Amino acid sequence: MLTKERYVDTFVELIRRASTELPPDVVLALQQGREREARGSLARQALVTILDNVDLAKAKSAPICQDTGTPVAWVSYPEGTSIRQLEAAMREAVKEATAKSYLRPNAVDTLTGKNTGDGSGRAIPFLHFEEWDEPKVEVRLILKGGGCENVGVQYKLPDTALQAGRDLEGVRRVVLDSVVQAQGKGCAPGVLGICIGGDRVSGFSESKCQLLRPLEDTNPVPELADLEARLMKDANELGIGPMGFGGQTTVLGIKVGVLDRLPASYFVTISYMCWADRRAAVSLDPEGVATWLN
Amino acid sequence: MAELRLPLAEEIVRDLEVGAGVELTGRMITGRDAAHKWLLEDFREEVAPFMEGSVIYHCGPVVRQADDGTYEFVAAGPTTSIREEPYQAEVIEKYGLRGVIGKGGMGLQTLAGLEKSGALYLHAVGGAAQVLAQAVKKVERVFMLEEFGVPEALWVIDVEKFPVMVTMDTRRGSLHTEVEDFSKQQLERLLAAPA
Ligand code: SF4
Repeated sequence: MLTKERYVDTFVELIRRASTELPPDVVLALQQGREREARGSLARQALVTILDNVDLAKAKSAPICQDTGTPVAWVSYPEGTSIRQLEAAMREAVKEATAKSYLRPNAVDTLTGKNTGDGSGRAIPFLHFEEWDEPKVEVRLILKGGGCENVGVQYKLPDTALQAGRDLEGVRRVVLDSVVQAQGKGCAPGVLGICIGGDRVSGFSESKCQLLRPLEDTNPVPELADLEARLMKDANELGIGPMGFGGQTTVLGIKVGVLDRLPASYFVTISYMCWADRRAAVSLDPEGVATWLN
Repeated sequence: MAELRLPLAEEIVRDLEVGAGVELTGRMITGRDAAHKWLLEDFREEVAPFMEGSVIYHCGPVVRQADDGTYEFVAAGPTTSIREEPYQAEVIEKYGLRGVIGKGGMGLQTLAGLEKSGALYLHAVGGAAQVLAQAVKKVERVFMLEEFGVPEALWVIDVEKFPVMVTMDTRRGSLHTEVEDFSKQQLERLLAAPA
């Protein structure tokens, strides 16, 4: 049965998986980066340490990074499901996962500066809901780190300084600028989730949603697939490298989505996800049986 | 990688240059935004002996408390250092620190402070919480836990072979500036290329 307890238990396990294990595609991309970097370089050393860390975290079932991020989830649910109950279950799961040290107490009252102590806060966790035709509930979770969130950015085209017009070449120009602005500060090598169009809210929402895509997938829109490939090549020629130590592995993935826009605006919104690209997903059938997804 | 014992002598620190890999062993302290502000509001005598000659680590750890009351670092990677830019040079000078550990590098004010006071900026691998937690052998004590909460408190820790890279030195050298300059040249080239 899909009781509240069933939801809470499943979400705690979902959080544990996200916080302590990286998805296989991310591990593979990090390994490929390590092989690409010159022996004895700081870049290679950084990737060796990162991969050791990934192994250790999994073996110990402990957080990969101490900044366990903001839990952000996309929930698809069948008609008749209580969103309020799902939200309450996720909030409780965050508290339980914090008590179990899968998460750090990571929410601070903005006005008093005091930590809430239990990992939850206003808009933490943050959930997106969508009703669908399937009978099951599917939850896709990311843990979005603070350091990399700080280097996320929204451009408004045209951008005169970068000679970026309202077209895909303009998009390429501002995205590369954002990678240079970020340097190693978002814990490079990172993954970029990008949204072209939308407004200042929907843009960030969609750019984050792009982070759910597996690194090896191909964008179904041909011109965006080309843009992603070009951006990957260009960004890795910037020489920023892991942690900003220099090197050829600056980004692990670039994913671009599109929303429609008003005639007056053309936003390009970029969410930067650090190498600790923590995501996990689960599907719960009406009986409450969980299937773990990649 | 060179192995260094904490506390550090000034000569050793002034000898090290950008690009060196170092492993630290000994006692250090953690501190981030709230701690840096607090350290400057007044001279904190109770904390000072734990800082003299040692390093401050920009880290907000995940900590577990055992039944006997002792603490253990469960995750302990570095946090972004630039947030401490307004305070860092003064904290180094006031408490006689020989270094700062963090990630992302720091600005010109800190770089000048490193030269003046004889201290280094040491870059730990961001996010490598487990590898770094493993190097923390013991939590000696903690200051301001109640007031600041776990991530912002000042934790006094004993470390063994804690791996870091020198990315800013006492001769105004900064790997961050070098990489940034190079990437800006590359950007110019890539933006000049036809679409
Ligand atoms: S940016 Fe990511 S890897 Fe770096 S400290 Fe933050 S959460 Fe951890």
